[in-house]
Amino acid sequence: MPSLTPTRTSGPTRTSSGVNPVAESSALSRWANTHLKWLFAAPAMTFVAVMIVFPLAWTVYLSLTDAEGSVRAESEFVGVQNYIDVLTDTDRFWPAVLRTVAFTGVALLFEVVLGMAIAMLLWRPFRGEKWVRVAILMPLVATPVAVGMMWRLIYDPNIGLANQVLGLLGIGPQPWLAGRHTALPTTIFIDVWQWTPMVVLILLAGLTSLPDEPQEAALIDGASNWQRFRHVTLPLLMPTVIVAILLRGIDALKTFDILYATKGRGGGSFHEVETLNVYAYGLSFDYNEYGVSSTVLILFFLIIIGSMWALASRKKEA
Amino acid sequence: MRRRSIIGTSLAVIVAMGLAACGDGGGASGSSDTVRVTLANHVWTENIKKVLPEFEQQTGLKVEVTQLGEDQLSDQYNVKLNAGSDDIDVMMYRPLQEGKLFAKNKYLADLSEKVKSNPEWDFADFQAGPMAATTYEGKVVGVPIITEQEVLYYRKDLLAKAGLTAPPKTLEELKAAAAKIKAAEPDVAGFVARTGKSAAVTQFSSFLYSFGGDFVDDSGKAAVNSEAAKQAYAYYGELIREYGPANVSTDMSWPEAMAIFTQGKAAFYTEANSLYKNATDPAKSKVSDTVGFAPFPAGPAGSKPYNIPSWALGINAASKNQSNAWKFIEWATSKEQTLAQQKSGVPGARASVWSNPEGTASFPKDLADAIAASTKNGVGHDRPLVVKVAQAREIVGQPIVDAIAGKDVAASADAANEAFQKFLDDETK
Repeated sequence: MPSLTPTRTSGPTRTSSGVNPVAESSALSRWANTHLKWLFAAPAMTFVAVMIVFPLAWTVYLSLTDAEGSVRAESEFVGVQNYIDVLTDTDRFWPAVLRTVAFTGVALLFEVVLGMAIAMLLWRPFRGEKWVRVAILMPLVATPVAVGMMWRLIYDPNIGLANQVLGLLGIGPQPWLAGRHTALPTTIFIDVWQWTPMVVLILLAGLTSLPDEPQEAALIDGASNWQRFRHVTLPLLMPTVIVAILLRGIDALKTFDILYATKGRGGGSFHEVETLNVYAYGLSFDYNEYGVSSTVLILFFLIIIGSMWALASRKKEA
Repeated sequence: MRRRSIIGTSLAVIVAMGLAACGDGGGASGSSDTVRVTLANHVWTENIKKVLPEFEQQTGLKVEVTQLGEDQLSDQYNVKLNAGSDDIDVMMYRPLQEGKLFAKNKYLADLSEKVKSNPEWDFADFQAGPMAATTYEGKVVGVPIITEQEVLYYRKDLLAKAGLTAPPKTLEELKAAAAKIKAAEPDVAGFVARTGKSAAVTQFSSFLYSFGGDFVDDSGKAAVNSEAAKQAYAYYGELIREYGPANVSTDMSWPEAMAIFTQGKAAFYTEANSLYKNATDPAKSKVSDTVGFAPFPAGPAGSKPYNIPSWALGINAASKNQSNAWKFIEWATSKEQTLAQQKSGVPGARASVWSNPEGTASFPKDLADAIAASTKNGVGHDRPLVVKVAQAREIVGQPIVDAIAGKDVAASADAANEAFQKFLDDETK
């Protein structure tokens, strides 16, 4: 049955051929009605196609060419040559992979253990709880680049605060970010400082939603505090812990701002903190090697997807 | 029934919005009264911004300035020019760093006709060296605005304290003086300079030339493992390692090195003269009243500092506002403006401002003398002259940081030379 509502549609459906606009509008409505499922999904699908699928496909395409200099310059299709070059590059690529893994692994370990400890402390109400929470969450709301600049000043080997404090304690100056072997651990420390609060936040949300009964049962059975944590709280909290690891892990893999703000391009003169992200940035913005850069990014993307998938399947088990 | 019509209406709205969005793209077409100028953080920029109203009054045009740091400026150009964007008209760029790449990518408009159009502006007045750097395959693509030479910054008070009456004239004397001061004052470094792999290359180049080397030899082959180059790397590294600041970072560019010098923590500093205001301005420097300048010390091959155009103005080839953009460049690089800039301490690229006593009066006397010496025997480049400069700098800069870290300099220079030759082969392929 045709709808004859007074609302008229304007725009592209109206033509000058003298067709009754009302009838035409109802035809449109009828078409829309039969394709409802597509119609409602269309905005989301368009968004995904334009903002995710297209850039990804374009990056894959670029990774198979020797594009360099200018994206609009002519480039040749070179097949998987870039992938062979990158995967056999033991000078920059593999060290960057190792650093990415080390940075993420160590930072994540500290963040989850510390985050867990702090969340347990904040779980039970106490006086001044609000203030402590605000103080702990402070680093989280600071801009990473500002955080990087701040720590860079603190860690300056000659005029920085860190060495002055060490001097008061009678310890000699340390190179911190300036040292070849101390730079990466120092950036990991900054990352832990900034992002542990996020883990605390997630774990705390998980803790408050835990049921009380198992805890009470364990208490009656005479379980010690550690036993209660190890055998009751932790297993119950496991799904939340994995969510925290998943979110923080992906973020840590992709860290760029802290590294760039503290060590600059190429992760320092000896590439001390050059992770995959910093490497890919250098390839495209310093070297203008868009083909190789895309290859690194695609491989990086696969690494992230892979680790996410591995973790997500662990979550299902848990 | 109501639902259907709502769906119909929203569909129409979505389509209409889509069309509207498409129509937006071609907005700024034809020449406009607004000239969009992208400039780097520099004393030159601060000066020109102060007098912009004059230009706007004269021409009736409006100038929109975007100002960025060097690295951010490069990124901005990479993104916008790559996309063929027309929302930059005039661009300030580094002829030796990006000039070849931009010209090869056809980002820079051909100015050959424009530079000859106004005899009063006097194209012939520009120094030949800087002009060569803004010319690509016979076409003029930029107008140099700032030139740079490397000089020796030093602390008069520390020298006097150490019993030295004059700044070192040779690199040997420099090393001896740095050692003497470092030994006498444990908290002060004898010498400081850039240490970052890429950042140090330009300031190291004068050492390389003064030892008798160059990045590339006369036949176009990589030459960073020549005997002279190895000596230069070893010398520069030793100077910083032995007489530099404690716990020296290998990431320093000029802001970090300059900070150490202006905080009073170093006696000698080799750096571009264009940055001298940072050391002489009491607001920025604790040593403003004791800083002195000297010509670059002579090595085995004499004193051979670089003498280069560090910045130039060009026109975005995709700009639709090129004639107004040229009006801006013509005004900003005129004899009057160049002289005004030079008076405020920015070394210009016009010969006339250097022959004019007014043009050199504002520089500290010793700095003006040092510059005069540099322009006489200066070398026209301070980095390898290639398209992919960023990459080349990292390759030839590796032995610098290896030398600072105390590694085997000869082996590092050999490795760098091999990599650099491969790079040159790839680029000419």
